[in-house]
Amino acid sequence: MSLDNLKTFDPFADTGGEEDSSAQANIHIRIQQRNGRKTLTTVQGLPKDYDPKRILKVLKKEFATNGNVVIDDELGEVIQFQGDQRTKICNFCVNELKIPKQLIKLHGF
Amino acid sequence: MSDDEQKKSVAFGEATNMENGETVNLAAGDEATAEHHSAENGEATPATFDPSAMKKKKKTKKEKEPEGEEPKENGDAAFDPTALKKKKPKKSKEEGAEAAEGDAAANGDFDPTKIKKPKKSGEKKKKSSGGTAGDDDFESRLKKLGLDEKEEEPSVPQTQEEVEAELQQGIGAWAQDNSSPFKYTQLLKRFYINLYEDHPELSGEGRLKNYKIPPPQVVREGNKKSIFVNLPEIARKMKRNPDHVIQFIFAELGTNGSVDGSGRLVIKGRFQQKQLESVLRRYIIEYLTCGTCKSPNTTLNKENRLFFVSCNVCGSRKSVSAIKTGFQAALGKRRKQQA
Repeated sequence: MSLDNLKTFDPFADTGGEEDSSAQANIHIRIQQRNGRKTLTTVQGLPKDYDPKRILKVLKKEFATNGNVVIDDELGEVIQFQGDQRTKICNFCVNELKIPKQLIKLHGF
Repeated sequence: MSDDEQKKSVAFGEATNMENGETVNLAAGDEATAEHHSAENGEATPATFDPSAMKKKKKTKKEKEPEGEEPKENGDAAFDPTALKKKKPKKSKEEGAEAAEGDAAANGDFDPTKIKKPKKSGEKKKKSSGGTAGDDDFESRLKKLGLDEKEEEPSVPQTQEEVEAELQQGIGAWAQDNSSPFKYTQLLKRFYINLYEDHPELSGEGRLKNYKIPPPQVVREGNKKSIFVNLPEIARKMKRNPDHVIQFIFAELGTNGSVDGSGRLVIKGRFQQKQLESVLRRYIIEYLTCGTCKSPNTTLNKENRLFFVSCNVCGSRKSVSAIKTGFQAALGKRRKQQA
């Protein structure tokens, strides 16, 4: 066990890659400012057993906003929405997907 | 927040149960009907909570998690959701909407039913007792009921003071002859009350609240940049490396910027003071406060690429995650990206 652990630790490896596995459980909901007072909300780290496209489809209708699924090299599929949908998404995750609130990280101001 | 709600809901549930139990006891004449009624109540309240309804929604929408509860839908769920065409999602959505309505209704009904139900049972009793015994009898019973309720209620204390009082007097849940099992939350409260009484310096009561840093001063530069003027001062007050704070701010706000000649932080994008305040508050909670005693008197150091916050008051150490920017959506014009 301990030996295995030693083997897996590569001091020359890039940081970040390993940390992902530990922080994977968290769902990050972020906001980014665009031009003017426009914003963009991104949802990163939804559990793998949910199909992001279907979630997106439901949420788009519910929030009356547009959005899409972006495939990121490191983080996999990330859902983007127009506008500030952070709290709504958070509520959705808690109420519909039954994700414990501690795992959802709301970022931004 | 959620914890509180939970506690409250738990307390509520107990209260109604007790009342139901009382109705059984008091309406001795027609025990059968009352019992029947209370049984109904007992069943009805959980039914509104029934997680299976919500589960159904989840399942229909995602159609993945295998569960033995709904064999019909499991049949549907067998195939790959990615392969689904239009027909299926529509249906599932409809179902989802229905379930959502049901949920909403359940949530909406939730409180009223609780308030109403005892009343209903009271009304029923009124009729029945009016039939069997005199009105005076009923009123006395009602009074009794009211009294009993008053006596019973404090056994599910909701405020801190009530809990403390109960603890000190050894009544309610803490009585010697109390046979009901303690709840974790109860015991936890007891622990913190005792800790606060015996070692106020360890419990960290209100210490974070008193922690003050100067408010961030934000100036707009032009139309698209904000300047965080007193960042160096705040970083010094917090005893943190300004770079670390800056990194955190940029990661949280999903933007970038630079530090100008006099140490001021120039942030891309428009930000107001209160927005930066909330970001700083989060920084303090995550990287400044001690996990055990909540003291902000801590130091942050890096060992083997891991950040540790060690407390200068109680000596505890906790590891904190490194600041990660996470996913950054590509903004701006397409042309720029391609070039």
